[in-house]
Amino acid sequence: MALEWQVFLEDDGGGRTYLEWMFDAWGWTLSVAGSAWVVAMVVGVLMGTLRTLPNSPGWSRFANAWVELFRNIPVLVQIFIWYFVLPKAFPVMQQVPGFLLVVLGLGFFTSARIAEQVRAGIQALPRGQRYAAMAMGFTTWQSYRYVLLPMAFRIIWPPLTSESMNLLKNSSVAFAVSIAELTMYAMQVQEETSRGIEVYLAVTALYAASAFAVNRVMAFVEKRIQVPGFVVAGGTGAGH
Amino acid sequence: MGNLDFSFITADIFSKFVLKGLLFSVELTLIATVGGIVFGTLLALMRLSGKRVLALPAEIYVNGMRSIPLVMVILWFFLLIPFLIGRSIGAEISAIITFIAFEAAYFSEIMRAGIQSIPRGQVMAGQALGMTYSQNMRLIVLPQAFRNMLPVLLTQTIILFQDTSLVYAIGAYDLLKGFVTAGKIYGRVEEVYLLAALVYFVICFGLSAMVRRLQARIAIVR
Repeated sequence: MALEWQVFLEDDGGGRTYLEWMFDAWGWTLSVAGSAWVVAMVVGVLMGTLRTLPNSPGWSRFANAWVELFRNIPVLVQIFIWYFVLPKAFPVMQQVPGFLLVVLGLGFFTSARIAEQVRAGIQALPRGQRYAAMAMGFTTWQSYRYVLLPMAFRIIWPPLTSESMNLLKNSSVAFAVSIAELTMYAMQVQEETSRGIEVYLAVTALYAASAFAVNRVMAFVEKRIQVPGFVVAGGTGAGH
Repeated sequence: MGNLDFSFITADIFSKFVLKGLLFSVELTLIATVGGIVFGTLLALMRLSGKRVLALPAEIYVNGMRSIPLVMVILWFFLLIPFLIGRSIGAEISAIITFIAFEAAYFSEIMRAGIQSIPRGQVMAGQALGMTYSQNMRLIVLPQAFRNMLPVLLTQTIILFQDTSLVYAIGAYDLLKGFVTAGKIYGRVEEVYLLAALVYFVICFGLSAMVRRLQARIAIVR
């Protein structure tokens, strides 16, 4: 069984080669994942912080409900709801481009998991940190901004790395809503050329390379933000 | 909520379309969990054996499976299994094999953490009693590791149940497909997605609550 790699140089009927199409699809995967990461971080840090507020059981329960809602529904079903159901239920959303709906869907799904990690990171800090900030006269917002969150971030950076790699992998569910990303590319080209093995190999290699790149970038940032003398025991991350 | 019409929901829908899908999803979850734990434990033992000829393939397999999206793995197996055995295979069987192979990698990481969390003293006590490696593992280490990691294993099973929805990519008839089929037939494509989300939520939230209760009860105080 010989692998015919020249299929990538064939024209796909639209004036570009399969190779060009693949790199275009890779760009879409990275855009979806990158944008969703931003959404997930902003919302996730917010929700995780709300969970740990000392004086607001209402906000805490809201953030808890948020996390439970987005954790217990499969990501594919969530994407379908964002892409098909919300524009029908709220007609104003029909103006929103599909790309943005998918980014929001993926971002909110991941935000629940990041919220859990932020909560764990903040709760891993000694309570004295919070009290010291209060003693210095910081408001709650200031104590989070200047004392708690910076240290919590260093603690949760390794699980955050896994979460970012998971986000990249989860971007593949966008195939179901016709986003022109790598998995959709793989399925379509396999159907068109029947050279499934070559196409799947190339797409798999791109996913693995992207995941590795994310891992290295996060490791680089981890080295840069390290606080000398602040060593955190790492835990094993299970689940995906 | 404009334009959504839920009046088509009757018990009929569940018995005709959704039940079949639910049964497959549950079946897939259970088979993949059992198979995944069995092979995952095997992989974990290979990685911890200290022999490079066993540890390296296991490590490559686990790291490889964990770095590719599940959808790609599903597509791969759906393509390769018919190719290798020479005849076509149903989406359901392909999904079962895929999930066992995929989840084995994740369960192996959990079991590896579990085995490593057992104090060395236990292993040495077993050796002092004259036990072989395999008796040690079977009678002393694995039972304790399994009990310690039970909540994590169950949480992974819940995640597995959610991931079964991805067999949508190869058209297997799971819970999600059951709802989608009902939606197409009644012309209510959007409403069924919300119903599916509700069912998944109730099942997964309920199971997580049970796992939390279990965790509180079986925690070993050292």
